[in-house]
Amino acid sequence: MLTRPPQENPAANSATGAPPLLRVERLSKHFPGVVALDAVDFDLAAGEVHVLFGENGAGKSTLIQTLAGVHRPTAGVIRFRGEAVELDSVHHARQLGISAVFQEFSLVPQLSVEENLFLGAEITFYGLLNKRELRRRAQEILDRLGFPLPPGKRVQYLSRAEQQMVEIAKAFRSEPAVLILDEPTASLTEQEAERLFALIDQIKRRGVGVVYISHRMNENRRIGDRITVLRDGRRIATLAMDAADDERLLQLMTGRVITQIFPRINYSPGALVLEIDGLTTADDLVRNVSLKVRAGEIVGLAGLVGCGKSEVGRACFGLESIAQGRIKFDGGDTTGDTPRQMLRRGLCYVPPDRREEGLIMVRSVRENVALPALGQPPLSRFGVLDRAAERKLVHSLTQRLNLQPQRIERDVQYFSGGNQQKVMLAKGLTRQIKLFIFDEPTVGVDVGTRVAIYEFIRDLCEGGAAILLISSDLPEILHLTNRTYVMYRGAVQGELGGVQITQDAVLGHFFEQGAAP
Amino acid sequence: MTVQTQKAGPAGAWWQHALVRLGVLPLLLAIAVIVFALLSPNFLTGQNLLNVARQSTFLAMVAMGQMLALLTGGFDLSVGKTLAITSVVGALVMAGAKSSFPDAVGVVIALGMIAGIGAGTLVGIVNGIGVALFDVSPFMMTLGTASISFGIALTLTSGVPVYGMPDAFGDTFGFGQLFSVPTPVYVTAILYVALYLVLSWTPMGRYLYAIGGNLKASVLSGINTRFHLFMAYVLCGLMAAIAGIILTARLETGEANIGASMPLDSIAACVIGGVSLRGGVGRLGSVVLGAIFIGLIQNGMDLARIASYLQEVVIGVLLILAVIADQVRYRLLLKLKD
Repeated sequence: MLTRPPQENPAANSATGAPPLLRVERLSKHFPGVVALDAVDFDLAAGEVHVLFGENGAGKSTLIQTLAGVHRPTAGVIRFRGEAVELDSVHHARQLGISAVFQEFSLVPQLSVEENLFLGAEITFYGLLNKRELRRRAQEILDRLGFPLPPGKRVQYLSRAEQQMVEIAKAFRSEPAVLILDEPTASLTEQEAERLFALIDQIKRRGVGVVYISHRMNENRRIGDRITVLRDGRRIATLAMDAADDERLLQLMTGRVITQIFPRINYSPGALVLEIDGLTTADDLVRNVSLKVRAGEIVGLAGLVGCGKSEVGRACFGLESIAQGRIKFDGGDTTGDTPRQMLRRGLCYVPPDRREEGLIMVRSVRENVALPALGQPPLSRFGVLDRAAERKLVHSLTQRLNLQPQRIERDVQYFSGGNQQKVMLAKGLTRQIKLFIFDEPTVGVDVGTRVAIYEFIRDLCEGGAAILLISSDLPEILHLTNRTYVMYRGAVQGELGGVQITQDAVLGHFFEQGAAP
Repeated sequence: MTVQTQKAGPAGAWWQHALVRLGVLPLLLAIAVIVFALLSPNFLTGQNLLNVARQSTFLAMVAMGQMLALLTGGFDLSVGKTLAITSVVGALVMAGAKSSFPDAVGVVIALGMIAGIGAGTLVGIVNGIGVALFDVSPFMMTLGTASISFGIALTLTSGVPVYGMPDAFGDTFGFGQLFSVPTPVYVTAILYVALYLVLSWTPMGRYLYAIGGNLKASVLSGINTRFHLFMAYVLCGLMAAIAGIILTARLETGEANIGASMPLDSIAACVIGGVSLRGGVGRLGSVVLGAIFIGLIQNGMDLARIASYLQEVVIGVLLILAVIADQVRYRLLLKLKD
């Protein structure tokens, strides 16, 4: 297999006569209140896999979205085969040969696989759809990729992994020159992932450049030629894959040594707060799950994306309908209670997606923070608000969490991701809470906020609260929890305690039993 | 002739900042006042402005109710027919009661008003049940109840105006004055204060904003979203019903054919007043100003002798312009970053 040597120096490259396939010069992208990309340089040679690495919120997504024509850069130049290009739209980028597969699917659920594949590029015969040709070409693409999908099936009836395949197949509608893959294996099984890797090898040999994002190091090592580390919107380093060891990468990614990120926590497990017994949800994403959480401890719930760990937390808060099993909270049976009742009993669920479920973006910090406690004293009496008490409470909480800037009348949408996360945490502090369920609490926040959040969780735990930490971030599970359950495909695969919680042990349970040593 | 197009500076011209901060309404109001003052010398007289205030009251009441539905991310297309059924039921009960107890005028008027407002509020209750409990889209639900109410109002009256209400009703609620300010203006002021208190000083008001801003986040914050969604439509119906009964007093007859333009005009008043069609954003004061603005336009066009059919065209154009301006403002907002 031919691998190009890593090229740090652009002059050396142009001396050979061939400009890189794709080249980004001092690319910046600003969003309201956020600098997502800050003068980033990046290049991609034909026939190489270039891995983008960094924490959530480091700017990986913004970079690939800019390359794919989703965003227009604020400053900087994108060169494609040496020529400066202005990518107006995803369609335009795709016409040039830059195809992207994003984490969030861009499929129309009500349309079939083939209709989705050719959406926006339908094959017509004098203005009418040529359905036979469409079917033939769709089958051809699927066969070439080795995806066992019926082209006539509606996308909404496919599993997440199958939808992922459709999304990838879309990028191969016409042979791309640059293929961008954002966490493509997140919902694939190992065999499906292997087939994807083989495919990547194959197109690499044909001279396609691949930009690859994954948080799984073994995957990056398996297929990557070079790796670029991003942090807080800036390019930190570009290394040849074989020259980069894990510890070095982690340090480049976070900007600190691991012991500076995770606080020391004194666990003191006490009374049983949450007991789940044989829980199965109506949508079958959770099957026969049992677990216990005590006061004064942090219990982890680990597993791949889509393994059902999030649904366990949601079921406890009354957000999933339950088919079987019991949930006992604080001594009482709470199976099937509503979020409103659970919040009253002292359970707080912090959702993973701030924009979708967590915050009301168009309202102020004050209104958002006070919302869960608004209907009871001291914030309201006999249905009348005490706005002075509200301001006071919100002020003290945002100060405690060090909200930046301290402007509680500002709309939440104008704060950075990390500060929005702080607003979400502050919401949980407005009431007496016995159990916090954190669902991916550090998605899309910078390192500084990450440290603040971990310290916040430590303070809650040492203050006697029970904590269930649902996370796909392995270091988080390894360094914060004193007990961890690992889930695979809706079932608890293993329970680990104390020193047993190691990377190998947790990862061993991530996949099917027997697959790991 | 050469037209010079000048692009706005990168940091944003002063008018861009003004548009983002104040919205489009002050600009529209200023333009309207200047144009109509130039077109008609009678426009800027105290008497005429009082006319504008009185003519705007009905729309202002309905628009304040409409705002509640819009805040939650929905809307109410049945407000016009709510006016109609309130008017018809109120007038029928009042006329019937008058023939039974001709001497107790106060009781007769009270009975009629309660019946009329009750009938109108019932439309809101049905809307609320459909939207909040059965998740029917507000569009279909309120369109359906509009048809139902109109049908009932026409059936009850056979399409003929209802006469026979006590004279005191119209004299008090329609044409009454205190310190030369008409009764409907007082009613609007009272409703404004009441609604202001609900929106700004009760948890319920806050929840209406929250539900429209992000329904899922509201559920996760422990809010009883179905109840408050229900209440938004009930209160919207109540406001339209009050407007209906006062309008009946003004007309001195019960009419099934009133309020036809109310759905459009009330939504227009809200949108021009900066209420977001996406839900979660809007100020009560601006909505009242929006209603006054529409009243001002109609009054000004009357004075300028613009035919009433053409006035419909102008209102439609203004509404679309206001929505476009709202979009421009939204984009500027993103561009100017706070």
